[in-house]
Amino acid sequence: MKSPATRLSLILLLTPFLLWIVLLVILPHLQMLRVSFQVRESWDTLSWGLEQYANFFSESYYWRTFVRTGVMSLFTTFLTLLIAFPIAWYIARLASGRARGLLFLACLIPFWASELVRTYGWMILLRESGLFSAWLQALGWSDGPVEMLYNDAAVIIGLVYNGLLFMVVPLVTTLDGMEENLVEAGYDLGGGHLTVLREVVVPWAMPGIVSGCIVVFMLTLGSYLTPTLMGGKDSAWFTQQIFTQFITRFNWEQGAALGALLLGLSSLIVWAGLKLTGQSLRKVMG
Amino acid sequence: MKARQEWRQLAAGLMVGALGFSGTTSAEELRLITWGGYAPDDVVAQFEEETGIDVKVTLSNNEDMISKLRATGGAGFDLAQPSQDRIVGVQRQFNIYKPIDFSRVNTDQLQPSMVKATRDSTELEGEYYGVPSVWGTSGLIVHDSVADQVTDYTDLCDPSVAGQVSYRLKRPTLIGFGFAMGLDPFAAYNDRDEYESILAKVEDQLIDCKSNVKTYWTGGDQLLALLRTGEVTAAMAWDAGGWKLNAENPDIRFVAPESGALGWIDTFAIPRRSENEAAAYQWINFVMQPEIAAKITNASGNFTASKGADEYVRAELRGAYRASFDQQAIDNIKWYPPVPPGLETVEGQVLDRVQAAN
Repeated sequence: MKSPATRLSLILLLTPFLLWIVLLVILPHLQMLRVSFQVRESWDTLSWGLEQYANFFSESYYWRTFVRTGVMSLFTTFLTLLIAFPIAWYIARLASGRARGLLFLACLIPFWASELVRTYGWMILLRESGLFSAWLQALGWSDGPVEMLYNDAAVIIGLVYNGLLFMVVPLVTTLDGMEENLVEAGYDLGGGHLTVLREVVVPWAMPGIVSGCIVVFMLTLGSYLTPTLMGGKDSAWFTQQIFTQFITRFNWEQGAALGALLLGLSSLIVWAGLKLTGQSLRKVMG
Repeated sequence: MKARQEWRQLAAGLMVGALGFSGTTSAEELRLITWGGYAPDDVVAQFEEETGIDVKVTLSNNEDMISKLRATGGAGFDLAQPSQDRIVGVQRQFNIYKPIDFSRVNTDQLQPSMVKATRDSTELEGEYYGVPSVWGTSGLIVHDSVADQVTDYTDLCDPSVAGQVSYRLKRPTLIGFGFAMGLDPFAAYNDRDEYESILAKVEDQLIDCKSNVKTYWTGGDQLLALLRTGEVTAAMAWDAGGWKLNAENPDIRFVAPESGALGWIDTFAIPRRSENEAAAYQWINFVMQPEIAAKITNASGNFTASKGADEYVRAELRGAYRASFDQQAIDNIKWYPPVPPGLETVEGQVLDRVQAAN
């Protein structure tokens, strides 16, 4: 039997969380959703309709940009996983004591600077008059300046760099808990490196892999600065279109509809990813 | 019993937290939303000293200014500086400004022709919404090595400058290219079908031109860096940026394109829910004094509507201005007329298609 006081303390403890979720998450989203169904008939009259959503499907550049953003985000996530896994393996299984702390810190340090600073760092390295271009010329591997910025590869480099930490942390956490016996048993039973990796390590690390992938995917899909600054003229990214609708076109209705679509479609992709890997959100996040 | 004590402490803690939020400020302040360089530190300091009013400056651009004021219904700032062509349409749609009381503006220190032009283009239902402050043009910034090939916007698409070109994906680019292609976008402002057919031609041209472009610039500093390093040798940009580069490297110059530079006037406009109108008028009258206005010109590179400010402006800036504009180029400046509501939506779709094209 709960006393009224315990119940009240529970309510009070929950209040900040509820205020946050209702005022800052649910209400603004409902408001956006409402705006997205408004159609501006002329400059001072509004009616309700699905025009903005229809625009997304009829104007090919909207959905083409969305598909492009989705595919590139998935690729970035996959690449981040490939790079982060060996790092996490080294930190969790091979390094010990001080080295381990230092390695973890090394992963963390870039995040003391803002995303803008990190992106500008890459721009200094990659631009035509930049460091890499100068080195290539100094080594005689190239005759003239080489432009490495303003293309999709540059965007992906920037995005992978930004997502790396969020992949390493959950991977280290899950790999840390794996017993050495399991790996040894795999080898004892005659498995090669690949078999042990596939049958023992990856299944064990699956919750970490999936949660890392979800975080990196959502971060990448929602990033704005990196694609804008590093992508150049072909860098159409879906968040840019939302930004342009709101800020440069004053078309809040279209922006809200695109925002709602981004939320819906990205949730769908995450859900599909969970289904494909046979994970549940509760297991992955718990 | 223990539980009760705990929640009392918790409640007390929450109340302390709430009280912390309610602290207020008392000093008089002017919240100004403006462009970079329009409120230099020394000017702000001098104003604060003379009037005792704190100035809070927020740097912005046209679209951002309108979006911010629209979101609050014209609150949050006491004085704004939108361009004169972006006031009437926005005012009619979103009602974010209040009319200017010209009896409180010292118009004697302003250039009469510019006051008249701004009043005309910001007039809505018998009220005027703008006082001219700073004006400038956009045209071409070119490196001497390509100055002979690039004399108009469409020359940016010439194969000889492939990969060394930059411009913005914004409405001035559409309009500039329209004029360079022999069309007249301004005359078609109020004829939606005609305007769309002009934009369709410009769109084709911009998509063809895309392979020539290194990147679409989005911020002034980014463009200056591209030009300074020589990665870009020809760009569509503002005059002030060109003069700034010219001071560093005489090989880079701002030129008015053959089809005419595009002229804009940034204004002072008072947000509808301005909380300190008196300070706003004080600021307008203060910064438009010739000596103060010259400081703004020296900081931003753009000339002001203040009468007689020219003689206080740095000599090299005056020289660069004269080198870019002879009398014919000045007469040829195309001044932006007020943008009718809804035009931006059409332009936006064109710009989106150019951005997404391959």
